[in-house]
Amino acid sequence: MDGFLTSRVVTDILGGLTNGAIYGLVALSLVLVWRATRVLNFAQGAMPMFATYLGMGLLSYHWPYWVCVGVSLVAALAIGAVTERVLVRPLYGKPEINPIVVMVGYLIILEAFAAAIWSTTPRSLPAPFSPIDWKLAGRPVGLSPFSLFEIVTALVVMGAIVTLFRFTRLGLQLRASALAPEVSRLLGVRVGRMLTLGWMLSTAVGAVTAILVASNFFTGLTPQLMDGIFAFGFIAAAVGGLDSPVGAVASGIALGVVLQFVGDYLNSNAIILVALGILIVSLMVRPNGLLTRSTARRV
Amino acid sequence: MIAVERLTVAFGAIYALREVSLRAETGRITAVLGANGAGKTTLLRTISGLVAPQSGTVSLDGRVLTHRRTEDIARLGVGHVPEGRGVIAEFTVEENLRLGAIVARVPLEEGLAQQYETFPVLGQRRKQHAAKLSGGERQMLAMARALIARPSVLLLDEPSLGLAPLVTAQLMATVAELCSTKDLTVILVEQNASSALRIAHHAVVLNVGSVVADAPAEVVAADERLRQYYLGMVE
Repeated sequence: MDGFLTSRVVTDILGGLTNGAIYGLVALSLVLVWRATRVLNFAQGAMPMFATYLGMGLLSYHWPYWVCVGVSLVAALAIGAVTERVLVRPLYGKPEINPIVVMVGYLIILEAFAAAIWSTTPRSLPAPFSPIDWKLAGRPVGLSPFSLFEIVTALVVMGAIVTLFRFTRLGLQLRASALAPEVSRLLGVRVGRMLTLGWMLSTAVGAVTAILVASNFFTGLTPQLMDGIFAFGFIAAAVGGLDSPVGAVASGIALGVVLQFVGDYLNSNAIILVALGILIVSLMVRPNGLLTRSTARRV
Repeated sequence: MIAVERLTVAFGAIYALREVSLRAETGRITAVLGANGAGKTTLLRTISGLVAPQSGTVSLDGRVLTHRRTEDIARLGVGHVPEGRGVIAEFTVEENLRLGAIVARVPLEEGLAQQYETFPVLGQRRKQHAAKLSGGERQMLAMARALIARPSVLLLDEPSLGLAPLVTAQLMATVAELCSTKDLTVILVEQNASSALRIAHHAVVLNVGSVVADAPAEVVAADERLRQYYLGMVE
Protein backbone atom coordinates (compact mmCIF):
# COMPACT_ATOMS: atom_id res chain seq x y z
CA MET A 1 0.00 0.00 0.00
CA ASP A 2 2.79 2.38 0.92
CA GLY A 3 4.51 1.57 -2.33
CA PHE A 4 1.32 2.29 -4.24
CA LEU A 5 0.76 5.65 -2.56
CA THR A 6 4.28 6.77 -3.36
CA SER A 7 4.25 5.34 -6.89
CA ARG A 8 4.88 7.55 -9.89
CA VAL A 9 1.25 7.32 -11.09
CA VAL A 10 -0.31 8.33 -7.77
CA THR A 11 2.22 11.11 -7.32
CA ASP A 12 1.35 12.45 -10.77
CA ILE A 13 -2.37 12.26 -10.05
CA LEU A 14 -1.99 14.15 -6.77
CA GLY A 15 0.25 16.78 -8.33
CA GLY A 16 -2.16 17.09 -11.23
CA LEU A 17 -5.11 17.57 -8.90
CA THR A 18 -3.30 20.41 -7.15
CA ASN A 19 -2.57 22.21 -10.44
CA GLY A 20 -6.00 21.34 -11.79
CA ALA A 21 -7.72 22.91 -8.78
CA ILE A 22 -5.98 26.18 -9.68
CA TYR A 23 -6.92 25.91 -13.38
CA GLY A 24 -10.49 25.13 -12.32
CA LEU A 25 -10.66 28.26 -10.18
CA VAL A 26 -9.39 30.46 -13.02
CA ALA A 27 -11.91 28.82 -15.38
CA LEU A 28 -14.68 29.40 -12.82
CA SER A 29 -13.84 33.09 -12.55
CA LEU A 30 -13.93 33.41 -16.36
CA VAL A 31 -17.30 31.66 -16.49
CA LEU A 32 -18.78 33.96 -13.83
CA VAL A 33 -18.01 37.03 -15.92
CA TRP A 34 -18.94 35.42 -19.22
CA ARG A 35 -22.34 34.27 -17.93
CA ALA A 36 -23.19 37.63 -16.46
CA THR A 37 -22.01 39.96 -19.18
CA ARG A 38 -20.81 37.95 -22.22
CA VAL A 39 -17.33 39.43 -21.88
CA LEU A 40 -14.26 37.25 -22.26
CA ASN A 41 -12.12 38.86 -19.60
CA PHE A 42 -8.48 38.75 -20.63
CA ALA A 43 -7.59 40.78 -17.53
CA GLN A 44 -9.01 37.97 -15.39
CA GLY A 45 -5.51 37.19 -14.11
CA ALA A 46 -4.22 40.75 -13.83
CA MET A 47 -7.10 42.16 -11.78
CA PRO A 48 -6.65 39.66 -8.91
CA MET A 49 -2.87 40.04 -9.19
CA PHE A 50 -3.28 43.74 -8.45
CA ALA A 51 -5.61 43.00 -5.53
CA THR A 52 -3.10 40.49 -4.16
CA TYR A 53 -0.31 43.10 -4.22
CA LEU A 54 -2.59 45.56 -2.41
CA GLY A 55 -3.51 43.06 0.31
CA MET A 56 -0.44 40.88 0.73
CA GLY A 57 1.84 43.91 0.47
CA LEU A 58 0.66 44.75 3.99
CA LEU A 59 2.72 41.78 5.22
CA SER A 60 5.70 44.17 5.01
CA TYR A 61 4.00 46.28 7.67
CA HIS A 62 3.64 43.20 9.89
CA TRP A 63 -0.07 42.78 9.35
CA PRO A 64 -1.21 39.23 10.23
CA TYR A 65 -1.34 36.81 7.28
CA TRP A 66 -5.09 36.13 7.31
CA VAL A 67 -5.92 39.83 7.66
CA CYS A 68 -3.85 40.45 4.53
CA VAL A 69 -5.80 37.71 2.75
CA GLY A 70 -9.03 39.43 3.80
CA VAL A 71 -7.79 42.79 2.53
CA SER A 72 -6.83 41.17 -0.81
CA LEU A 73 -10.36 39.79 -1.18
CA VAL A 74 -11.97 43.14 -0.35
CA ALA A 75 -9.62 44.85 -2.81
CA ALA A 76 -10.60 42.29 -5.44
CA LEU A 77 -14.31 42.94 -4.87
CA ALA A 78 -13.69 46.67 -5.25
CA ILE A 79 -11.56 46.27 -8.39
CA GLY A 80 -14.24 44.02 -9.91
CA ALA A 81 -16.98 46.54 -9.17
CA VAL A 82 -15.07 49.58 -10.46
CA THR A 83 -13.95 47.74 -13.60
CA GLU A 84 -17.51 46.72 -14.48
CA ARG A 85 -18.99 50.16 -13.80
CA VAL A 86 -16.30 52.23 -15.49
CA LEU A 87 -14.69 50.11 -18.20
CA VAL A 88 -17.17 47.43 -19.15
CA ARG A 89 -20.58 49.07 -18.86
CA PRO A 90 -20.09 51.39 -21.86
CA LEU A 91 -19.27 48.32 -23.96
CA TYR A 92 -22.57 46.45 -23.61
CA GLY A 93 -24.35 46.09 -26.92
CA LYS A 94 -21.19 46.90 -28.86
CA PRO A 95 -19.43 44.44 -31.21
CA GLU A 96 -17.87 41.48 -29.41
CA ILE A 97 -14.33 42.51 -30.32
CA ASN A 98 -14.59 45.78 -28.33
CA PRO A 99 -14.51 44.31 -24.82
CA ILE A 100 -11.72 41.93 -25.88
CA VAL A 101 -9.52 44.80 -27.03
CA VAL A 102 -10.34 46.85 -23.94
CA MET A 103 -9.61 43.97 -21.55
CA VAL A 104 -6.30 43.12 -23.24
CA GLY A 105 -5.31 46.78 -22.90
CA TYR A 106 -6.43 46.74 -19.27
CA LEU A 107 -4.28 43.65 -18.65
CA ILE A 108 -1.20 45.41 -20.02
CA ILE A 109 -1.89 48.58 -18.05
CA LEU A 110 -2.44 46.71 -14.77
CA GLU A 111 0.76 44.70 -15.17
CA ALA A 112 2.73 47.84 -16.07
CA PHE A 113 1.34 49.71 -13.08
CA ALA A 114 2.09 46.82 -10.75
CA ALA A 115 5.66 46.68 -12.04
CA ALA A 116 6.05 50.44 -11.62
CA ILE A 117 4.69 50.43 -8.07
CA TRP A 118 6.03 47.17 -6.68
CA SER A 119 8.84 46.28 -9.16
CA THR A 120 9.11 43.03 -11.07
CA THR A 121 11.24 41.29 -8.43
CA PRO A 122 9.29 38.28 -7.14
CA ARG A 123 8.09 38.67 -3.58
CA SER A 124 7.83 35.48 -1.63
CA LEU A 125 4.66 35.04 0.34
CA PRO A 126 4.65 32.82 3.41
CA ALA A 127 2.70 29.63 2.77
CA PRO A 128 0.07 29.19 5.47
CA PHE A 129 0.84 25.47 5.57
CA SER A 130 4.00 23.48 4.94
CA PRO A 131 4.77 22.98 1.24
CA ILE A 132 6.90 19.93 1.99
CA ASP A 133 5.41 16.63 0.86
CA TRP A 134 4.26 14.13 3.41
CA LYS A 135 6.41 11.03 3.57
CA LEU A 136 5.48 7.39 3.81
CA ALA A 137 8.27 5.03 4.81
CA GLY A 138 10.78 7.67 3.89
CA ARG A 139 9.40 8.36 0.39
CA PRO A 140 7.40 11.51 -0.57
CA VAL A 141 3.69 11.04 -1.34
CA GLY A 142 3.25 13.89 -3.82
CA LEU A 143 0.93 15.76 -1.50
CA SER A 144 1.85 18.43 1.04
CA PRO A 145 -0.29 20.14 3.65
CA PHE A 146 -0.24 23.22 1.41
CA SER A 147 -1.30 21.40 -1.75
CA LEU A 148 -4.09 19.71 0.23
CA PHE A 149 -5.08 23.22 1.37
CA GLU A 150 -5.14 24.33 -2.29
CA ILE A 151 -7.44 21.48 -3.30
CA VAL A 152 -9.76 21.97 -0.33
CA THR A 153 -9.91 25.74 -0.89
CA ALA A 154 -10.75 25.23 -4.56
CA LEU A 155 -13.52 22.77 -3.68
CA VAL A 156 -14.96 25.05 -1.00
CA VAL A 157 -14.99 28.07 -3.33
CA MET A 158 -16.60 26.07 -6.12
CA GLY A 159 -19.17 24.62 -3.72
CA ALA A 160 -20.00 28.08 -2.41
CA ILE A 161 -20.50 29.49 -5.90
CA VAL A 162 -22.69 26.60 -7.01
CA THR A 163 -24.77 26.85 -3.82
CA LEU A 164 -25.17 30.59 -4.33
CA PHE A 165 -26.37 30.16 -7.91
CA ARG A 166 -28.62 27.15 -7.36
CA PHE A 167 -30.23 27.66 -4.02
CA THR A 168 -30.47 31.34 -3.15
CA ARG A 169 -32.72 34.22 -4.16
CA LEU A 170 -29.64 36.22 -5.08
CA GLY A 171 -28.35 33.41 -7.29
CA LEU A 172 -31.71 33.21 -9.04
CA GLN A 173 -31.51 36.92 -9.84
CA LEU A 174 -27.88 36.60 -10.99
CA ARG A 175 -28.80 33.80 -13.39
CA ALA A 176 -31.95 35.55 -14.62
CA SER A 177 -30.09 38.81 -15.25
CA ALA A 178 -27.59 36.94 -17.40
CA LEU A 179 -30.19 34.95 -19.34
CA ALA A 180 -32.95 37.52 -19.79
CA PRO A 181 -32.01 41.04 -18.69
CA GLU A 182 -35.11 42.77 -20.00
CA VAL A 183 -37.58 40.29 -18.51
CA SER A 184 -35.68 40.44 -15.22
CA ARG A 185 -36.05 44.21 -15.10
CA LEU A 186 -39.78 43.90 -15.79
CA LEU A 187 -39.94 41.66 -12.72
CA GLY A 188 -38.16 44.23 -10.58
CA VAL A 189 -34.68 42.67 -10.55
CA ARG A 190 -31.95 45.30 -10.32
CA VAL A 191 -30.04 43.93 -13.29
CA GLY A 192 -27.26 46.54 -13.26
CA ARG A 193 -26.34 45.56 -9.70
CA MET A 194 -26.40 41.87 -10.58
CA LEU A 195 -23.92 42.37 -13.41
CA THR A 196 -21.61 44.32 -11.12
CA LEU A 197 -21.92 41.58 -8.53
CA GLY A 198 -20.93 38.98 -11.14
CA TRP A 199 -17.69 40.85 -11.78
CA MET A 200 -17.05 41.27 -8.05
CA LEU A 201 -17.50 37.56 -7.36
CA SER A 202 -15.31 36.65 -10.29
CA THR A 203 -12.47 38.90 -9.19
CA ALA A 204 -12.70 37.59 -5.62
CA VAL A 205 -12.44 33.99 -6.87
CA GLY A 206 -9.46 35.21 -8.89
CA ALA A 207 -7.83 36.70 -5.79
CA VAL A 208 -8.12 33.40 -3.91
CA THR A 209 -6.39 31.77 -6.88
CA ALA A 210 -3.69 34.43 -7.15
CA ILE A 211 -2.80 34.12 -3.46
CA LEU A 212 -2.52 30.34 -3.78
CA VAL A 213 -0.31 30.67 -6.85
CA ALA A 214 1.89 33.37 -5.31
CA SER A 215 2.37 31.28 -2.18
CA ASN A 216 4.29 28.77 -4.27
CA PHE A 217 7.90 29.21 -3.22
CA PHE A 218 9.23 28.96 -6.77
CA THR A 219 6.83 31.55 -8.22
CA GLY A 220 6.38 34.25 -5.64
CA LEU A 221 4.25 37.31 -6.34
CA THR A 222 5.11 39.07 -9.61
CA PRO A 223 3.11 41.29 -11.97
CA GLN A 224 3.06 38.45 -14.53
CA LEU A 225 2.03 35.97 -11.86
CA MET A 226 -1.17 34.83 -13.55
CA ASP A 227 -0.18 34.96 -17.24
CA GLY A 228 0.70 31.28 -17.64
CA ILE A 229 -2.04 30.07 -15.30
CA PHE A 230 -4.57 32.19 -17.18
CA ALA A 231 -3.78 30.34 -20.42
CA PHE A 232 -4.54 26.97 -18.82
CA GLY A 233 -7.63 28.33 -17.04
CA PHE A 234 -8.85 29.75 -20.32
CA ILE A 235 -8.38 26.43 -22.08
CA ALA A 236 -10.24 24.68 -19.25
CA ALA A 237 -13.13 27.15 -19.50
CA ALA A 238 -13.33 26.82 -23.28
CA VAL A 239 -13.23 23.03 -23.13
CA GLY A 240 -15.73 22.76 -20.27
CA GLY A 241 -18.10 25.33 -21.71
CA LEU A 242 -18.07 29.02 -20.86
CA ASP A 243 -21.66 28.77 -19.67
CA SER A 244 -21.11 25.94 -17.22
CA PRO A 245 -19.42 26.55 -13.84
CA VAL A 246 -19.35 22.83 -13.07
CA GLY A 247 -17.98 22.04 -16.53
CA ALA A 248 -15.24 24.64 -16.18
CA VAL A 249 -14.11 23.31 -12.82
CA ALA A 250 -14.25 19.66 -13.89
CA SER A 251 -12.27 20.31 -17.06
CA GLY A 252 -9.75 22.40 -15.11
CA ILE A 253 -9.07 19.49 -12.77
CA ALA A 254 -8.93 17.00 -15.64
CA LEU A 255 -6.55 19.27 -17.56
CA GLY A 256 -4.26 19.52 -14.55
CA VAL A 257 -4.01 15.74 -14.23
CA VAL A 258 -3.49 15.13 -17.95
CA LEU A 259 -0.79 17.77 -18.22
CA GLN A 260 1.02 16.41 -15.15
CA PHE A 261 1.32 13.05 -16.90
CA VAL A 262 2.45 14.75 -20.11
CA GLY A 263 5.15 16.63 -18.24
CA ASP A 264 6.31 13.55 -16.36
CA TYR A 265 6.19 10.90 -19.08
CA LEU A 266 6.82 12.99 -22.23
CA ASN A 267 8.56 16.27 -21.72
CA SER A 268 7.68 19.40 -19.77
CA ASN A 269 8.04 21.41 -22.99
CA ALA A 270 5.17 19.41 -24.47
CA ILE A 271 2.70 20.61 -21.81
CA ILE A 272 1.53 23.77 -23.57
CA LEU A 273 1.44 22.02 -26.95
CA VAL A 274 -0.77 19.26 -25.61
CA ALA A 275 -2.97 21.82 -23.85
CA LEU A 276 -3.48 23.75 -27.08
CA GLY A 277 -4.09 20.49 -28.94
CA ILE A 278 -6.83 19.59 -26.44
CA LEU A 279 -8.37 23.03 -26.96
CA ILE A 280 -8.37 22.75 -30.75
CA VAL A 281 -9.77 19.23 -30.81
CA SER A 282 -12.49 19.98 -28.28
CA LEU A 283 -13.54 23.15 -30.12
CA MET A 284 -13.81 21.13 -33.31
CA VAL A 285 -15.88 18.39 -31.70
CA ARG A 286 -18.03 20.41 -29.26
CA PRO A 287 -17.73 24.14 -30.02
CA ASN A 288 -19.95 25.03 -27.05
CA GLY A 289 -18.03 23.00 -24.50
CA LEU A 290 -18.29 19.44 -23.32
CA LEU A 291 -20.76 19.98 -20.51
CA THR A 292 -23.15 22.55 -21.89
CA ARG A 293 -26.59 21.40 -22.86
CA SER A 294 -27.89 23.84 -25.43
CA THR A 295 -26.06 23.97 -28.73
CA ALA A 296 -27.59 27.07 -30.20
CA ARG A 297 -29.44 30.14 -29.06
CA ARG A 298 -32.76 30.87 -30.65
CA VAL A 299 -32.95 34.39 -32.04
CA MET B 1 -55.57 53.88 -12.37
CA ILE B 2 -53.07 54.40 -15.16
CA ALA B 3 -53.24 57.79 -16.86
CA VAL B 4 -51.36 58.39 -20.09
CA GLU B 5 -51.14 62.06 -21.10
CA ARG B 6 -50.14 63.24 -24.57
CA LEU B 7 -47.45 60.59 -24.91
CA THR B 8 -45.14 60.90 -27.92
CA VAL B 9 -42.49 58.32 -28.73
CA ALA B 10 -40.20 58.39 -31.78
CA PHE B 11 -37.54 56.02 -32.99
CA GLY B 12 -35.32 58.24 -35.09
CA ALA B 13 -37.56 60.03 -37.57
CA ILE B 14 -40.42 57.57 -37.16
CA TYR B 15 -43.18 58.29 -34.67
CA ALA B 16 -44.42 55.22 -32.86
CA LEU B 17 -46.86 57.17 -30.70
CA ARG B 18 -48.20 60.66 -31.28
CA GLU B 19 -49.84 62.57 -28.43
CA VAL B 20 -51.56 59.47 -27.10
CA SER B 21 -53.79 60.00 -24.07
CA LEU B 22 -55.83 57.33 -22.34
CA ARG B 23 -57.05 56.20 -18.95
CA ALA B 24 -57.18 52.68 -17.60
CA GLU B 25 -59.52 52.55 -14.60
CA THR B 26 -58.93 50.39 -11.54
CA GLY B 27 -60.81 47.09 -11.56
CA ARG B 28 -61.49 47.28 -15.27
CA ILE B 29 -60.01 45.87 -18.45
CA THR B 30 -58.95 48.43 -21.01
CA ALA B 31 -58.28 46.89 -24.41
CA VAL B 32 -55.78 48.57 -26.71
CA LEU B 33 -56.49 47.46 -30.25
CA GLY B 34 -55.10 48.13 -33.68
CA ALA B 35 -53.20 46.63 -36.55
CA ASN B 36 -49.57 45.60 -36.59
CA GLY B 37 -47.37 48.67 -36.13
CA ALA B 38 -50.13 50.74 -34.55
CA GLY B 39 -47.94 51.40 -31.52
CA LYS B 40 -49.59 49.04 -29.02
CA THR B 41 -46.44 47.33 -27.82
CA THR B 42 -44.57 50.64 -27.71
CA LEU B 43 -47.31 52.01 -25.46
CA LEU B 44 -46.81 49.19 -22.94
CA ARG B 45 -43.02 49.39 -23.14
CA THR B 46 -43.19 53.12 -22.48
CA ILE B 47 -45.45 52.61 -19.45
CA SER B 48 -42.87 50.12 -18.09
CA GLY B 49 -39.96 52.45 -18.74
CA LEU B 50 -38.29 50.26 -21.35
CA VAL B 51 -38.75 53.06 -23.88
CA ALA B 52 -38.23 56.73 -23.05
CA PRO B 53 -40.87 59.08 -24.48
CA GLN B 54 -40.08 62.32 -26.31
CA SER B 55 -42.82 64.04 -24.39
CA GLY B 56 -45.88 63.31 -22.30
CA THR B 57 -46.34 61.45 -19.02
CA VAL B 58 -47.57 58.19 -17.59
CA SER B 59 -48.86 58.10 -14.03
CA LEU B 60 -50.09 55.41 -11.68
CA ASP B 61 -52.69 56.64 -9.17
CA GLY B 62 -51.31 60.16 -9.52
CA ARG B 63 -47.66 59.12 -9.16
CA VAL B 64 -45.60 59.94 -12.25
CA LEU B 65 -43.84 56.89 -13.71
CA THR B 66 -42.13 58.60 -16.64
CA HIS B 67 -38.31 58.60 -16.40
CA ARG B 68 -38.25 56.06 -13.62
CA ARG B 69 -36.26 52.87 -14.12
CA THR B 70 -38.07 49.76 -15.31
CA GLU B 71 -37.21 47.82 -12.15
CA ASP B 72 -38.55 50.64 -9.97
CA ILE B 73 -41.77 50.81 -11.98
CA ALA B 74 -42.16 47.06 -11.47
CA ARG B 75 -41.61 47.54 -7.74
CA LEU B 76 -44.37 50.18 -7.70
CA GLY B 77 -46.83 47.47 -8.73
CA VAL B 78 -46.83 47.38 -12.52
CA GLY B 79 -46.78 43.81 -13.82
CA HIS B 80 -45.87 43.48 -17.48
CA VAL B 81 -46.28 40.26 -19.45
CA PRO B 82 -44.27 41.05 -22.56
CA GLU B 83 -44.90 40.10 -26.15
CA GLY B 84 -43.69 36.54 -26.67
CA ARG B 85 -44.25 35.91 -22.91
CA GLY B 86 -40.63 36.22 -21.80
CA VAL B 87 -40.68 32.93 -19.93
CA ILE B 88 -37.09 31.91 -19.07
CA ALA B 89 -36.83 28.58 -20.86
CA GLU B 90 -33.70 27.48 -18.96
CA PHE B 91 -35.53 27.86 -15.63
CA THR B 92 -38.06 25.45 -14.19
CA VAL B 93 -41.66 26.56 -13.80
CA GLU B 94 -41.07 27.14 -10.10
CA GLU B 95 -37.84 29.09 -10.66
CA ASN B 96 -39.71 31.39 -13.04
CA LEU B 97 -42.32 31.96 -10.34
CA ARG B 98 -39.70 32.48 -7.62
CA LEU B 99 -38.13 35.15 -9.81
CA GLY B 100 -41.50 36.86 -10.14
CA ALA B 101 -41.84 36.82 -6.35
CA ILE B 102 -38.57 38.71 -5.78
CA VAL B 103 -40.45 41.96 -5.21
CA ALA B 104 -43.49 40.38 -3.55
CA ARG B 105 -44.34 41.36 -0.02
CA VAL B 106 -46.09 38.07 0.76
CA PRO B 107 -44.23 34.90 1.79
CA LEU B 108 -43.02 32.83 -1.16
CA GLU B 109 -44.91 29.65 -0.22
CA GLU B 110 -48.20 31.52 0.07
CA GLY B 111 -47.68 33.16 -3.31
CA LEU B 112 -46.77 29.88 -4.99
CA ALA B 113 -49.79 28.09 -3.49
CA GLN B 114 -52.06 30.84 -4.75
CA GLN B 115 -50.73 30.70 -8.32
CA TYR B 116 -50.91 26.89 -8.38
CA GLU B 117 -54.55 27.21 -7.32
CA THR B 118 -55.32 29.68 -10.12
CA PHE B 119 -53.28 27.72 -12.68
CA PRO B 120 -53.33 24.05 -11.57
CA VAL B 121 -51.33 22.89 -14.59
CA LEU B 122 -48.34 24.91 -13.37
CA GLY B 123 -48.46 23.09 -10.04
CA GLN B 124 -48.36 19.75 -11.82
CA ARG B 125 -45.33 20.83 -13.86
CA ARG B 126 -43.50 22.89 -11.25
CA LYS B 127 -40.21 20.96 -11.52
CA GLN B 128 -40.13 20.93 -15.33
CA HIS B 129 -38.13 23.30 -17.45
CA ALA B 130 -40.26 26.03 -18.97
CA ALA B 131 -38.92 25.02 -22.39
CA LYS B 132 -41.14 21.93 -22.14
CA LEU B 133 -44.40 23.87 -21.77
CA SER B 134 -46.96 24.41 -24.52
CA GLY B 135 -47.77 27.91 -25.76
CA GLY B 136 -50.85 28.19 -23.57
CA GLU B 137 -48.98 26.93 -20.51
CA ARG B 138 -46.19 29.41 -21.13
CA GLN B 139 -48.71 32.22 -21.27
CA MET B 140 -50.20 31.05 -17.97
CA LEU B 141 -46.71 30.88 -16.45
CA ALA B 142 -45.91 34.39 -17.66
CA MET B 143 -49.15 35.67 -16.14
CA ALA B 144 -48.65 33.78 -12.87
CA ARG B 145 -45.10 35.12 -12.66
CA ALA B 146 -46.40 38.68 -12.97
CA LEU B 147 -49.30 38.08 -10.56
CA ILE B 148 -47.23 36.48 -7.78
CA ALA B 149 -45.74 39.93 -7.08
CA ARG B 150 -49.33 41.16 -6.36
CA PRO B 151 -49.25 44.03 -8.85
CA SER B 152 -52.00 46.64 -8.98
CA VAL B 153 -51.62 46.95 -12.75
CA LEU B 154 -51.28 44.15 -15.27
CA LEU B 155 -50.05 44.94 -18.78
CA LEU B 156 -50.71 42.08 -21.19
CA ASP B 157 -49.07 42.19 -24.61
CA GLU B 158 -50.79 39.95 -27.16
CA PRO B 159 -51.53 37.06 -24.80
CA SER B 160 -53.52 35.23 -27.48
CA LEU B 161 -50.69 35.23 -30.03
CA GLY B 162 -50.10 31.71 -31.35
CA LEU B 163 -52.77 30.12 -29.14
CA ALA B 164 -55.67 27.95 -30.29
CA PRO B 165 -59.12 29.65 -30.08
CA LEU B 166 -60.23 27.45 -27.19
CA VAL B 167 -57.07 28.19 -25.17
CA THR B 168 -57.48 31.90 -25.93
CA ALA B 169 -61.05 31.81 -24.65
CA GLN B 170 -59.95 30.14 -21.39
CA LEU B 171 -57.16 32.63 -20.96
CA MET B 172 -59.48 35.60 -21.51
CA ALA B 173 -61.92 34.17 -18.98
CA THR B 174 -59.09 33.91 -16.44
CA VAL B 175 -58.06 37.53 -17.11
CA ALA B 176 -61.65 38.71 -16.64
CA GLU B 177 -61.97 36.80 -13.38
CA LEU B 178 -58.63 38.03 -12.00
CA CYS B 179 -59.51 41.60 -12.87
CA SER B 180 -62.78 41.53 -10.97
CA THR B 181 -61.63 39.51 -7.94
CA LYS B 182 -58.28 41.26 -7.39
CA ASP B 183 -59.31 44.78 -8.35
CA LEU B 184 -56.58 44.87 -10.98
CA THR B 185 -56.12 47.56 -13.57
CA VAL B 186 -55.66 45.58 -16.78
CA ILE B 187 -54.37 46.97 -20.06
CA LEU B 188 -54.86 44.30 -22.69
CA VAL B 189 -53.06 44.79 -25.99
CA GLU B 190 -54.48 42.59 -28.73
CA GLN B 191 -54.60 42.16 -32.45
CA ASN B 192 -57.33 39.63 -31.88
CA ALA B 193 -59.97 42.33 -31.38
CA SER B 194 -63.05 40.13 -31.05
CA SER B 195 -61.76 38.04 -28.14
CA ALA B 196 -60.40 41.13 -26.37
CA LEU B 197 -63.67 43.07 -26.79
CA ARG B 198 -65.60 40.16 -25.29
CA ILE B 199 -64.02 40.74 -21.85
CA ALA B 200 -62.94 44.41 -22.01
CA HIS B 201 -64.90 47.19 -20.35
CA HIS B 202 -63.28 49.92 -22.35
CA ALA B 203 -61.39 50.00 -25.63
CA VAL B 204 -58.87 52.31 -27.25
CA VAL B 205 -58.08 51.90 -30.93
CA LEU B 206 -54.68 52.99 -32.21
CA ASN B 207 -53.74 53.59 -35.82
CA VAL B 208 -50.15 54.42 -36.81
CA GLY B 209 -49.45 55.89 -33.41
CA SER B 210 -52.59 57.94 -32.86
CA VAL B 211 -55.81 57.26 -30.97
CA VAL B 212 -58.71 56.91 -33.39
CA ALA B 213 -61.30 55.69 -30.90
CA ASP B 214 -61.68 55.72 -27.12
CA ALA B 215 -65.02 54.36 -25.95
CA PRO B 216 -66.78 51.64 -23.95
CA ALA B 217 -66.01 48.22 -25.41
CA GLU B 218 -69.55 47.57 -26.59
CA VAL B 219 -69.58 50.86 -28.49
CA VAL B 220 -66.35 50.00 -30.27
CA ALA B 221 -67.61 46.49 -30.97
CA ALA B 222 -70.73 47.88 -32.58
CA ASP B 223 -69.00 50.52 -34.69
CA GLU B 224 -69.03 49.27 -38.25
CA ARG B 225 -66.41 51.77 -39.44
CA LEU B 226 -63.90 50.88 -36.72
CA ARG B 227 -64.47 47.19 -37.21
CA GLN B 228 -63.81 47.39 -40.90
CA TYR B 229 -61.00 49.88 -41.20
CA TYR B 230 -58.95 49.42 -38.05
CA LEU B 231 -59.77 46.09 -36.51
CA GLY B 232 -60.00 43.92 -39.59
CA MET B 233 -63.23 42.36 -38.35
CA VAL B 234 -65.21 41.44 -41.43
CA GLU B 235 -68.59 39.77 -41.08
